[in-house]
Amino acid sequence: MSHILTVSGLKAAIGDTPILRGIDLVVPPGEIHAVMGPNGSGKSTLSYVLAGRADYEVTGGSATYGEADLLEMEPEARAAAGIFLAFQAPVELPGVNNANFLRTALNAQRRARGQDEIDAVAFLKLAREAGKRLSMPDDMLKRAVNVGFSGGEKKRNEVLQMALLKPSLAILDETDSGLDVDALRIVAEGVRALRAPDFSALVITHHQRLLEILVPDRVHVMSKGRIIRSGDAQLAREIEREGYSALIQEAA
Amino acid sequence: MSHDRRITPRLGSDAGALIAAFDAQREALGAAPVREAARGFLAEHGIPTRRSEAFRYTDLAALARFIAPGAQGAQAEARAGAILHPFLAAQGLADVARVVVVDGLVSAGLSVPSAEVATTLVEDADEPGEGALLALNAMLTRGGVSLSVEAGVAAGRMLLVHVALGGAAAAHPRHSLSLAEGASLELLEIDLGEDAYLHNSVFDITLAEDSALTHVRIQNAADEALSFATVRPVLQARARYEGFCLALGGTTARHEVRARLEGEAAIAHVNAAQLGRRDGQVLDLTSEIAHLAFDTRSLQTVKTVLDGRARGVFSGRIHVAREAQKTDGYQLNQALLLSDSAEMDARPELEIYADDVKCSHGVTIGALDEEQLFYMRSRGVPAAEAEALLVRAFLADVLSLVEAEASRGVLERVVDAWWAQA
Amino acid sequence: MAATIETIEAVGAATQSGYKWGFETDIEMDVAPKGLDEATVRLISERKGEPGWLLDWRLKAFAQWQAMEEPHWAKLGYPPIDYQDAHYYAAPKRKPGPKSLDEVDPELLRTYEKLGIPIREQAILAGVEGAEDVEARLPVAVDAVFDSVSVATTFKKTLAEAGVIFCPISDAVREHPELVQRYLGSVVPAGDNFFAALNSAVFTDGSFVFVPKGVRCPMELSTYFRINARNTGQFERTLIIAEERASVSYLEGCTAPQRDENQLHAAVVELVAMDDATIKYSTVQNWYPGDSEGRGGIYNFVTKRGACRGARAKISWTQVETGSAITWKYPSCILQGDGSVGEFYSVAVTNNRQQADTGTKMIHIGAGTSSTIVAKTISAGRSDSTYRGLVRILPKAEGARNFTQCDSLLIGDQCGAHTVPYVENRNRRARVEHEATTSKIADDQLFYCRSRGLSQEDAVGLIVNGFCRDVLKELPMEFAVEAQKLLAISLEGSVG
Repeated sequence: MSHILTVSGLKAAIGDTPILRGIDLVVPPGEIHAVMGPNGSGKSTLSYVLAGRADYEVTGGSATYGEADLLEMEPEARAAAGIFLAFQAPVELPGVNNANFLRTALNAQRRARGQDEIDAVAFLKLAREAGKRLSMPDDMLKRAVNVGFSGGEKKRNEVLQMALLKPSLAILDETDSGLDVDALRIVAEGVRALRAPDFSALVITHHQRLLEILVPDRVHVMSKGRIIRSGDAQLAREIEREGYSALIQEAA
Repeated sequence: MSHDRRITPRLGSDAGALIAAFDAQREALGAAPVREAARGFLAEHGIPTRRSEAFRYTDLAALARFIAPGAQGAQAEARAGAILHPFLAAQGLADVARVVVVDGLVSAGLSVPSAEVATTLVEDADEPGEGALLALNAMLTRGGVSLSVEAGVAAGRMLLVHVALGGAAAAHPRHSLSLAEGASLELLEIDLGEDAYLHNSVFDITLAEDSALTHVRIQNAADEALSFATVRPVLQARARYEGFCLALGGTTARHEVRARLEGEAAIAHVNAAQLGRRDGQVLDLTSEIAHLAFDTRSLQTVKTVLDGRARGVFSGRIHVAREAQKTDGYQLNQALLLSDSAEMDARPELEIYADDVKCSHGVTIGALDEEQLFYMRSRGVPAAEAEALLVRAFLADVLSLVEAEASRGVLERVVDAWWAQA
Repeated sequence: MAATIETIEAVGAATQSGYKWGFETDIEMDVAPKGLDEATVRLISERKGEPGWLLDWRLKAFAQWQAMEEPHWAKLGYPPIDYQDAHYYAAPKRKPGPKSLDEVDPELLRTYEKLGIPIREQAILAGVEGAEDVEARLPVAVDAVFDSVSVATTFKKTLAEAGVIFCPISDAVREHPELVQRYLGSVVPAGDNFFAALNSAVFTDGSFVFVPKGVRCPMELSTYFRINARNTGQFERTLIIAEERASVSYLEGCTAPQRDENQLHAAVVELVAMDDATIKYSTVQNWYPGDSEGRGGIYNFVTKRGACRGARAKISWTQVETGSAITWKYPSCILQGDGSVGEFYSVAVTNNRQQADTGTKMIHIGAGTSSTIVAKTISAGRSDSTYRGLVRILPKAEGARNFTQCDSLLIGDQCGAHTVPYVENRNRRARVEHEATTSKIADDQLFYCRSRGLSQEDAVGLIVNGFCRDVLKELPMEFAVEAQKLLAISLEGSVG
């Protein structure tokens, strides 16, 4: 298996409005790729399409995950196969206990992979340890999923889920937005801790800050539904210095 | 499977006296098939008792006592003027265009025409209507006015004043109002009267696309009066109905709004304040808001303050039809009981057939907050004053929902006067 | 292990959709001819060897019933019920107690097995002599009512040592006539309403619980109701009395075979709680709901009412209603004793063509009484569900408190969810608060769950269980697990 994610010519639309106009992207195992770009360039759409959200219609191209046709898979099958999307705006689930949700998700994925389920006691131990590493208060596990969480708590909760579900491809959709410096560091360290030869990530961000810690292997710049330039970590610094406009003009 | 075989149990009492009153006046009222149909309805169903769901909390038994035909002629007009003019002067409303109805009959002499609102007289109802009060109105009405505003015209302010002269007479005014596309109007409806009488009005309101009506009603009927008003707004796309009723008069009174939001993005506000304190007084705010189109919105705040042996009723239903997705419906009902013998009955209903809607209601009924009272008293505010301050604060947020400043001013003064009488 | 836990496993193991308890048991039955008249009432009373006072009570109820009209104020539509077209008595034929499980009618055992009741309890339920003495320390005592007749009660002895009486009501009529005579109809009078009058005339069995002064019932009490016979109505009658400072938790579960015709179930439950007594009554109602087109299913017209007679008495109703074609049910509390407490926690799920009109009445009479109502309504398919409730504060109820929360969840755009609360407050030092909301399962919630690996159905189940959490947490643990699974099963196929 050469690449974990291969996207070619991917086009997607909401209703009649095209958003992705032909994305080509390859993520090999063990690499962290950053996707940057101005607002409205289609970054979040790319993450949703890869995770399988129904409101986006794929109008062309392909996305392959390992050997599998990603676009043919249901969202839960993608999750079971190891894809994890950290939401830009994590959804609230009133009344659904956070720990219970995590365990249900973990066990659903384990079942789908033919693994044994983890019992409540063992799970809670795992979750508490992971929570501690992310400096999360214990009661966040007891509260309803994302209900009454601050912006930072929601993002940390996403990283906690990722730590427990151990995906092979994480898509982080602006996980750094709305975080103060300390929270950003905790989240970034949480992601960095997952770095491994069998873990890849697609990190969507506006800012250089997160990338300073994660140090991406590749940086892609999106504009108007296309990747207009790719490069190494240096590219992110260049953008930080000079902004997108020069790049976009260059590409046009 | 909807083999609904609801049996209608005997929920009505005999309407004989009312029907006899009609038979005696038939000649004078002029024959009309609608009157006969309404008579037939009443003969068949009678007057609802408190066993019927719609009148569970409000007793209509006294209706049959009010069968005298209303007054008319110059003398009646003079008497009505003596009630009307001081009130208008005190409220600074003397110069506002108005339609005045005396004992259910439109009075040309007391009315002041509006340049923007076309006014024609109506003689009968055009349908007998559903329910006893509507049928009674259709059977006995002496007509009313039909108001209309042309497309795009901002017609400003107008008054609709009912004056009742008592003598156990019955008034059944039948009005209609239509705003054409983009038109707007602020209508202040005021009920005044003395002695004992029955007021039973029906008001049909048609709001075309993008039109906006502010309809403020001050139900300030005489202590011994029975006062019923049925208001039926029908809203087309993006139309707004801003309704407010301040009810404080009458021995038994009901303000009933049946709104139909038929066009997309139509908005209805059905707000009210009810103030009751007399022995046996019943103040009833009933509403049925039907969301029949996409993206419609209704907001309702009803506050009731009850003292003495008064009873308040709030009966509100929000109906959301299957096609009315994205509906937003909200009802808030709060009541303050100031005495040991006051009572509040509330029945907020949601009837929802669409899944993508946000509807909610909240009810709280209770006394003034003892802790707040104590706090104020410990700062030297006498109990009665502290109570008054808290009640005014309680009412302030519902009154503030009336955006039309002049009308809100009238409401505030009427509330102050009511409070000063305590 | 408790009987209820076994049932959960049985539920959890079932994978195909549809009603899992729809089997029918072929057992030799003693069945009265169809029809209902005074002779039927006399026959029931005679079969049960009842004393004269009870027969008189039944006959009076029957006379009242005949003068009454079936109520139609609820938001329910169904074809007229022919009260003459049903059997009013059906009982498994009784022989002297079998010596071992081998002698028990194998069909009866198979039924218990399908219901998920463990073998040792099966033995007890089947009336195997001595089975109760076997070292048995189950936390739950079970009474099983098969069609109209209680077939067996477990743990009578253990309970008797604590002073608790738990037996079929027909046994109680014989063994404790003074208690039955004193309390029967004292909370729900024979002529209370049409269905209660019918029940009073023809009830055949049910459970009787008496917990004497100061006794905490040492285990949960549980009754399984099962309608099996064709064309029979089920009219059980339950009476629970907790004396001063006594407490008891009672669980009720119901299933019925899958049939094309409708069957009538009109039960009456009466609870009496004296000073400082607590009764917790939990129901998981899973009568056959009919098929997806609305054919068949149970008509469930039930009167449940508890009287907090004593000071600081507490009655708590928790119900999870997933079954029945028609549900008409308003478990209520009469809060007479000063400081008494009433609670009503309800989840009502309707799918396909089901209709439910359910809620509660809290009547505050005594000073300082308080009540809490939490009602969660879930409608899916082409069903209709209504919460209907009354909170009435009478003038003497100084400082009474009520809090009501009604939430509706709609799944799909062909169903209806309605809220019809009545609030009547006649005491200014009482405080009543009522809140209601309506919502749906948002697409982004479903997607979020699925992106974490949950299937669509699991995601719906999870969100619905979250929605119902405030009610489910009131159930005894084993029941809560069963209820959660039932919710998921009831909503199968409702999304996507």
